[in-house]
Formats: sequence, C-alpha cells, structure tokens
Amino acid sequence: MTIEQALAPTSRAVRLLGTDLSEKNLKLHLEGLSGVDAVGLEARAAALSTRSIKTTSKAWALDTIIRLIDLTTLEGADTPGKVQSLVAKAKNPDPSDPTVPRVAAVCVYGDLVAEALGALGAAHGSGGPDGIAVAAVATAFPSGRSSLAVKLADTSDAVAAGADEIDMVIDRGAFLAGNFGRVFDQIVEVKQACRRPDGTFAALKVILETGELNTYDNVKRASWLSILAGADFIKTSTGKVQPAATLPVTLLMLQIVRDWKNLTGERIGVKPAGGIRSSKDAIRYLVTVAETVGEEWLDPHLFRFGASSLLNDVLLQRQKLLTGHYSGADYLTID
Amino acid sequence: MSEHLTVPKTYKLYIGGAFPRSESGRTFEVLDSRGAFLANAAKASRKDARDAVVAARLALSGWSNATAYNRGQVLYRIAELLEGRRAQFVAEIRQSTGVSQSKANQEVDSAIDVWIWYAGWSDKYLQVVGNANAVSGPYFNISTPEPTGVVAIVAPQGDLRDAGSLLGLVSVLAPVLLSGNTAVLIANEQAPLPAISLSEVLATSDVPAGVANVLTGSVSEIVPWLATHADVNALDITGASDLDWVDLQIAAADTLKRVLPPEPGVPTPSIERIRFFTETKTVWHTKSII
Repeated sequence: MTIEQALAPTSRAVRLLGTDLSEKNLKLHLEGLSGVDAVGLEARAAALSTRSIKTTSKAWALDTIIRLIDLTTLEGADTPGKVQSLVAKAKNPDPSDPTVPRVAAVCVYGDLVAEALGALGAAHGSGGPDGIAVAAVATAFPSGRSSLAVKLADTSDAVAAGADEIDMVIDRGAFLAGNFGRVFDQIVEVKQACRRPDGTFAALKVILETGELNTYDNVKRASWLSILAGADFIKTSTGKVQPAATLPVTLLMLQIVRDWKNLTGERIGVKPAGGIRSSKDAIRYLVTVAETVGEEWLDPHLFRFGASSLLNDVLLQRQKLLTGHYSGADYLTID
Repeated sequence: MSEHLTVPKTYKLYIGGAFPRSESGRTFEVLDSRGAFLANAAKASRKDARDAVVAARLALSGWSNATAYNRGQVLYRIAELLEGRRAQFVAEIRQSTGVSQSKANQEVDSAIDVWIWYAGWSDKYLQVVGNANAVSGPYFNISTPEPTGVVAIVAPQGDLRDAGSLLGLVSVLAPVLLSGNTAVLIANEQAPLPAISLSEVLATSDVPAGVANVLTGSVSEIVPWLATHADVNALDITGASDLDWVDLQIAAADTLKRVLPPEPGVPTPSIERIRFFTETKTVWHTKSII
C-alpha cells in the first residue's frame, strides 16, 4: 500500500514527547509505560480462543483470512521460479474454485521484488480489492546485524525495485542493551529510505521479533517505540525464531494499537507472522482482532497474517465447507 | 482392609501413537456375552476420523519408505508382543464371547500365526506380485507393486464367534500395513476390546506413530466420512455387510478409491489381499548394449 500523506517520520514522537527527543527522554517515556499483566493477558487470550465459529461465520472467516494473508517465501533457496509459483498461488489460490479471494500481498526478499512484480502484472495493487501488493523484507533480515548504511541501502534497493511495503527488523541487540535511541533512529532513517522519488512512502512494517524480547513489557516498549518512530505496521516475528507469533503477544500489540488510536486517532496495522498454520488458529486471531480493536481492523490495510502453509489449510477447510466432505493435500497446489 | 473394588476401565482411541479421548467426549458401554457391563469405550466422531487420517497421512512417507525387510521385522516384533500378552487376549475373548479357555487359546494362536504369515510376506510379495514384462524392443520393462496410501478399514463386525475378534482384526490390518500403507481401522462395534488391546500392543511395539490408528464407536456414523474423505486412498469394508455399502462404494468413487467389498466372517489370508492395496508401477529402462 502507499501512504499518500505520510507524516514526517518523527512527528508522532514530537507530538507525544515534545521537541526534546533525547535518548534520556525516550527512555523515561518507554520505561514509564505501565507494566503488562502477563497472567491477565494470557487468560484473556485463552478466553478468546474458546469461541466456536461455525457454518456461515466460518465461511466468512475463511475468506477473510485469505484476504489478509501476506503469502511469504523467505528462504535462501528461493528461485525466480519459486516466486512465480508463489505469485500464481496468490492470484488464484485454489485453481478448482475461482470464487476464492486473492491474498493481500506476497512477501519476498528484496532482490526478488522485480520478479514478483513481473509475475503479478495487472494483478498488482495496494493489497486491497484492487490487487496484490509486493512486500519485501529489508535491513539485513532476519538478524538485523549490520551497519545502518547497509540497512538503508537494502531498503532503498527494494523500494527502487518497486516494493509497496517494507518489512524491517529492529536491532534487538541494541534494544535489549537498553539503547532505545539507536533503535528509534534506525527506524526513522529506514522510514526515510522508504520514500519514493514522487514523495510517497512505501508502507513500513516493523518486525519486533517478540521471541527474542523475552518479556511482555519489552514487547510493549518495542511496539510503542516503533509506532513513535513512524511504523505503519508492527509485526511480531521474522518466522525464523521460535516462538514466533503467539496469541497473547498479538493481543498485547492490538491493545497498544487501540490505545494509540484513542490517543491520536491514527490507525496502526498489526501483523502476526510465523507459526500460524491452521485455520483454527487464524480464526482465533480474527476473534481477537474484532474483540480488541474492532472489526474495522479486519482489513488488509490494518491487519495481515505472515504465512505460507496457512493458506493451504484454509483452502482445505473451504473445500470441506463447500462439498461437505473432507479434502486432502492432493487437491491443492504444493507450496 | 475392605474388599477389593472392581475398577471398570474407560478405554480411549488410538490416533497418531497417542490415546486421546473422543473429541466429542462421548463414550459407550461395552457388554459381555451375557449382556453385563464390561467397560466403557470412546465413541469416535467424524472429527476423530479426520484426525486419524491426518496422522496416517503424516506417517505414510516414513513407513512406505522403510525397507521391506525393516517393515517385516517391525511386524514380526508385534507377533512377539501378542505372544507376551496372550493371557490378556484370551481373557478378553472369553469375556466377550463366553467360549472355553482352549477355544480362546486356539483363536489367539491363529491370530498370531496369521500375523507372522503376513509379516513374512513383507519382503517377498514384491517378487511374487511384480514381474518383468515382455516387450518388443531393447528395454527392460518391470512392474512392481507400490503401497496405495492411507487405507480405511472396517474390521469384521458382529458376534465375535463369527467375526473372530482378534483374528478378524489381524486378518484385515496386517495385509494393509505390510506393503507400506498406513491404516485407520474401525473396530468391531459390539466388541471393541481386542482392538483396543491390539492398539496397546502397537503403541509399545516398533510401529511408528500414526501407521495404525484404531477408532471405536458407531461404524455407520464414521465410515461415510472416510468413504468421502479425499485424503483416504482405499477403503476396506470387509465388515460393513450390514450397512448400505453400495452407497459407500459410490461415495468412494468420487475420489477414485479402491474399495474391497464386504465378506462374511473372517477373511482367509491371501496374497490377493496384499495386492489389492497396492498400485502397480511400471518402469521402462534401456538395456545396455555390449
């Protein structure tokens, strides 16, 4: 998606913290955030997982999940052919059923953006009903361990190649060392690197890698920091670290996004990624989104699933609902 | 001390190497030959059947890619365990059918014999069922049987004296497993205990988890879901003669399943039965010119 009128990246922080954007000030703010009630959070997530979604609601949920998927391939062994088949699947998830909606985006490494765009052709769009977006991971994904110059070059390369969305990783080492200013500055700079020549910005998803942040309090600080620095989306994980996305962490991020909206009126997106493989799991996320920030967020511009094998499971369930009998992997495309 | 209390068991299903309760939470009462209460058993639902198929599908590549020799050894090991649990099986057969000790002993004997007979065929049926074809060219042309995939089995049903309890089970399960298929077996509805004990044997043997899965409960409720299930490759409805099995065949045809029609009593051991759950792969290979 394209943010037409992006705020100057630090304006959010300036509005909230005043013009003194010093490391100390930022640290005071983040460490002054109220602590997360871990037991309450997990109990709430568990309670939201118990809803039973059946028949027409389930059919709606399955189609919604497909519309929210960032179909992802992030392997060292990705070939142009792999990206082409991924795009073919994104355009037409179930070849036996043209009524299946398209996914929101395909997510690839930066050097394969051009390949993905070429394969999408006229199907390229902003991730909504107008077409499928191309997201690229950048900033030395997945570890984020490189100099800022390399990260910026990585980002501007992907943007120049035509990526609509950039999935960046934060510097977890700096974050865990308490060096919040460094993390903040890097996000601000990467956001600048998302700027296209015509002045529009590629959407920026900031990956927190919650599996490496250890505590919910850290997740809360990292989310808040990313939003202050200009994130359009906050994303749980790279998918390369266990645990990846979990329901309590996603719930927490959704609560932060809700608080941000109440505070400023701005809508920030959330993207759980990694480890969501079954429709049942994904439906729990939908319930959590609807109950936490409202159904308005069940939109590809505000919520995404980073997934690859999830799509096939959703298609299996969809075939079961349509035909009345269980389907099998032989009736789906291989990914 | 007060007198000993009887402890009636509540048996569970056998899916993917574990013993889960039915997803539905349902159970049913198993009665002995005189209609007295014997135990509770889990009443499987369609979702348990679905889970069993998933487990069987997962186990398929490992089991079918094991060497035929290895599969034979694993199956032979089950016979050893059956022998070790002889007393339990004899007692269960007597409780369920009311037959004499010697008769029950005889049945366990024949069940173990059948199991070993099939285990032995594991690395030999290929040579018998497969063949080199005559072709008019400088080629080798060889046809060999390959396992067909996930097989759903309805074990012989009804009165144990006809269905042969343990013998009936063994006679349908062994020929499916030995060639590398994985199985979802629906036990005798009236007398599921030998099937449950067999699954306890399987769980402690070397058979990988998910290769054999045992469901107890209503056959007429579960089997239509397996007949239409697109991830099931073959259907053995040996014990379904009391059901409307033509409908099952029709349902199975939608996904091109092999269907072995019902037969009364206990099926006799045969290579035909092994061959039925295989698919023939034919390869052409040029002969070297010397």
